[in-house]
Amino acid sequence: MRTLIRIIGLWTLLQLRTIGHMFVFLINSFYFIFVPPFKIRLLLRQIRFFGNKSMLVILLTGSFTGMVLALQLFYILRKFGSEALLGPGIALSLIRELGPVLSALMVTGRAGSALAAEIGMMRISEQIDALSAMALNPLRYLIVPNIVAALIAFPLIVAIFDVIGIFGGYLVGVEILGISSGTYFSLMKDYVFMEDIMVGLYKSLSFGLIVSWICCYKGFYTGFGAEGVSKSTTEAVVLCSILILIWDYFLGAVLL
Amino acid sequence: MKKIDLELAVGFFVLIGVLCFGYLSVKLGKLEFIGEEKYVLYAKFEKAGGIKAGAVVEIAGVEVGSVKNITLNKDYQAEIALLINKDVKIQEDAIASIRTKGLIGEKYIEITPGGSDKILPEAGIIMETESAIDLERIIGRYVFGKV
Repeated sequence: MRTLIRIIGLWTLLQLRTIGHMFVFLINSFYFIFVPPFKIRLLLRQIRFFGNKSMLVILLTGSFTGMVLALQLFYILRKFGSEALLGPGIALSLIRELGPVLSALMVTGRAGSALAAEIGMMRISEQIDALSAMALNPLRYLIVPNIVAALIAFPLIVAIFDVIGIFGGYLVGVEILGISSGTYFSLMKDYVFMEDIMVGLYKSLSFGLIVSWICCYKGFYTGFGAEGVSKSTTEAVVLCSILILIWDYFLGAVLL
Repeated sequence: MKKIDLELAVGFFVLIGVLCFGYLSVKLGKLEFIGEEKYVLYAKFEKAGGIKAGAVVEIAGVEVGSVKNITLNKDYQAEIALLINKDVKIQEDAIASIRTKGLIGEKYIEITPGGSDKILPEAGIIMETESAIDLERIIGRYVFGKV
């Protein structure tokens, strides 16, 4: 019995230590964001890594999310005889909820996993130690560009996702289901406010921080060998996805 | 060559992203950068009934402004600040009334122009107002036979 309680205690302490370690990592990285010299080229490369290379995925998921929303919302709204609200329904659910969450999940799967694996590989092939040995701060070279790039790229990715989703919904709602295009857009303008767009912006910024932070951390402190890298990549993706959904709920509840 | 590629690619992505964000915030979020010239008018209502900040102000069905905010004044009346487009002149004896779009639609403020020569100045007060129609009370009266 006593050993059981000891195990629980040990486990809790271990978890607490991990969480503390993660926050120390984040705060250290934050310090280097504001301390020159800034690595602009590395930042640009990471923006391309997060942004440009996610474009195809975002285009596909965005358009199909908008299209399926149009189908399903039309089916629901028809029961209340208010098909005219299809436009605002699609726009609000995309801008407030689905845009930030779905694109964050897609980018986690596409870029976050690659990031964790890349940094993990650098760790096990001792490239990070080599950087330190040359008196180059690995946080500044590897982590800071990723965090800043994610903070810049995520809101833009989400905006692109939203717009593509709205036009995907237009395609289905107007061209296939026969709602007039005037109704679709004018009611959307009546019901979408700046606050809704700001909610989406806050969400995408925080998701950008979560994805880059968790994936960098998991890669930076990976285990030993190829197995360690694969394990930390999996952990990074799983933890990111869970944190995104949990944080989305709490942010949604606070910002409502 | 590789160097130009990177910057070009990032620039392209950022441009598209900013364009999309601009589309969302200007077209849908009605964010005003330059901002149409507007002035404030006040109207006191017995009952604000469902009007919210941002609600539309209309004259003859044409949108001419929006509700800025709603406060309770010392006489326990709802004091509504209206932002009206600068080029729309409103007479002293105009009537502001709270209306509903359709039976259960959203609330808006309709201004019925008056016949006076005097135009309300900045921060002027619309004296004649008509409060929201309380549908439940009307039904209640009808049911309990006080009409």
